[in-house]
Amino acid sequence: MTVTDTSASQNKAGQHGFREHTDGGWGLVPLQTRSERPRSTNVEDFSNLTGREAEWRYTPVERLTALSDGDLDGSPYAVSVTDADGVTAEWIAMGDPRIGSAALPEERPAANAWSQTEKAYAITITGEEPKTITVERDALGANARGAHTVITAKPNSQALLILKSSGDAHLTENVEIVVEEGARLTVVSVQWWSDTATHLASHFARIGRDATLKHVLVTLGGSLVRVNPSLHLAGQGSNVESLGLYYADTGQHLEHQVYVHHDAPYSRSRVNYKGALQGEGAHTVWIGDVLIGPDATGTDSYEQNRNLVLTDGTRADSVPNLEIETGDIAGAGHASATGRFDDEQLFYLQARGITEEEARRLVVRGFLTEIIQQIGDADLQASLETAVEDELATTSLTGDAR
Amino acid sequence: MSVIEIRDLHVSVDTDQGNKPILKGVDLTIKSDETHAIMGPNGSGKSTLAYTIAGHPKYTVDSGTITLDGEDILAMSVDERARAGLFLAMQYPVEIPGVTVTNFLRTAKTALDGEAPAIRGWMKDMKTSMENLRMDPSFAARNVNEGFSGGEKKRNEILQLELLKPAFAVLDETDSGLDVDALRVVSEGVNRAKSNTGLGVLLITHYTRILRYIKPDFVHVFVDGRVAEEGGPELAERLEDEGYDRFLTETAVS
Repeated sequence: MTVTDTSASQNKAGQHGFREHTDGGWGLVPLQTRSERPRSTNVEDFSNLTGREAEWRYTPVERLTALSDGDLDGSPYAVSVTDADGVTAEWIAMGDPRIGSAALPEERPAANAWSQTEKAYAITITGEEPKTITVERDALGANARGAHTVITAKPNSQALLILKSSGDAHLTENVEIVVEEGARLTVVSVQWWSDTATHLASHFARIGRDATLKHVLVTLGGSLVRVNPSLHLAGQGSNVESLGLYYADTGQHLEHQVYVHHDAPYSRSRVNYKGALQGEGAHTVWIGDVLIGPDATGTDSYEQNRNLVLTDGTRADSVPNLEIETGDIAGAGHASATGRFDDEQLFYLQARGITEEEARRLVVRGFLTEIIQQIGDADLQASLETAVEDELATTSLTGDAR
Repeated sequence: MSVIEIRDLHVSVDTDQGNKPILKGVDLTIKSDETHAIMGPNGSGKSTLAYTIAGHPKYTVDSGTITLDGEDILAMSVDERARAGLFLAMQYPVEIPGVTVTNFLRTAKTALDGEAPAIRGWMKDMKTSMENLRMDPSFAARNVNEGFSGGEKKRNEILQLELLKPAFAVLDETDSGLDVDALRVVSEGVNRAKSNTGLGVLLITHYTRILRYIKPDFVHVFVDGRVAEEGGPELAERLEDEGYDRFLTETAVS
């Protein structure tokens, strides 16, 4: 028997792969964990967008220069808010301690907005009785603008908050959502911009002990809309339900990157995004990152994204990512599916006398209604159903996308 | 009085292994008020016949005709066939997420009649039919077949049968997977539709069990894509005793 001394052959100079290549870059290690992504309020801490970054790879970054690098109008804008007992809404200085209480920017345009916004819009919710507040803005204009909103749900408070955006916009903004101990908050953000609008938003939510946040994004209008909710389950027993609905028409780019960070024991998350696409160049992006940290034992997590492709010429990117750093979890799963019409559904409806065109409308409407049904505000649900109806009316669904 | 006539029907289906003939010359005549049971072993082509009548795109009619009162059914789209008076109760009803039973039924009724049903009478009809089928009122607000048990799905098919009032119904193994109570409830629904509207029924089944509740006027035994034997209700009783072995052996020998 021959004994070979293998240590000699592991000479660094010898074996291919042990020695650094001359192309450099060996010091660079990709981010190992989602939570390690750098955060800063200073735009200079982020390099210029190239489109090669993991988080920008699907986005037409060349259209975002003004928002990521340029001067922004950071002054207060016209906003209307409905009255409700226990709710205050006011413009506050960026030095206010509420600013930064949820999280700090992870991206250059978000940091650009943070550093140039002059005043933030603060909504503070108290009181255990359920209430609905609607905040609307429709006159932001086409000039590049930064904005900041801070929503604070005080301990054990309850509310449904609707943020409705329409009209023209060229906007980069941060929205902080702090859900304190035992509070139950629903935030519905409706992006219903005009066709030319560009909108980048980072939503940062921090969910405290035994608190529940239902976070809903509805994106229907705008030329380029990218809304990224980052949901931090910070307290034991915290719960987040993250819902999304989008409908991309010809030429529209609608993007949602969801990040759920389980950072405390017995936290629960459910992510469900659904989208429909129709027309040449309609592009949607969904990235779902779920990180279950080392302290998040007993976590229960599930995320899914479904896309329904109505015509040819569209593109739906869907990327679920799941990172688990503890061995003791209750459940974690993800699903992603992008498909055409289900022929069996169409057959079933047609076999009851319903025309093919109407059957297709029913299926699409039903597909998206699943999200709308969960919003919890009858008026808003009705108006969103009408909006989906209107989108459907603009196209002929008899065109075969098979 | 209406009549469906099926003449020398040959149907094939595309599979990964190429085109496969399933029906090899079927002749059948069904009139209003008549109940025909089609029985046969698995793979004999019973469900293919059901789906071909309804117009499922998966099946190709190679030759032969199907007419309804002389009109060429095969030239019609799926929804046109339904509007002409045909109904298929599916073996595996499909889930339609986000579409409630109420919405679905009203949309179908409107499509069939060419106008929306009068609200009050329609709601009352729905309520009565659901009670008759022992369906909880909450079903109306649920999404079509979503989360329904097997029995609930079949009841939902018969609910549609009762409310949409077709001239002919093809029941594709409606009895499979039902317990005896559900079987009775579903059968009563079919019998009600028959006595109310003079419905003609093509009852496709593997088992004789449902024939205790829905009495057939004619029994046709399907083997290998053809009618191997026809007779009255007594044929079903014989099948109950003997099974399909006799036919399978004959086929094997011939």
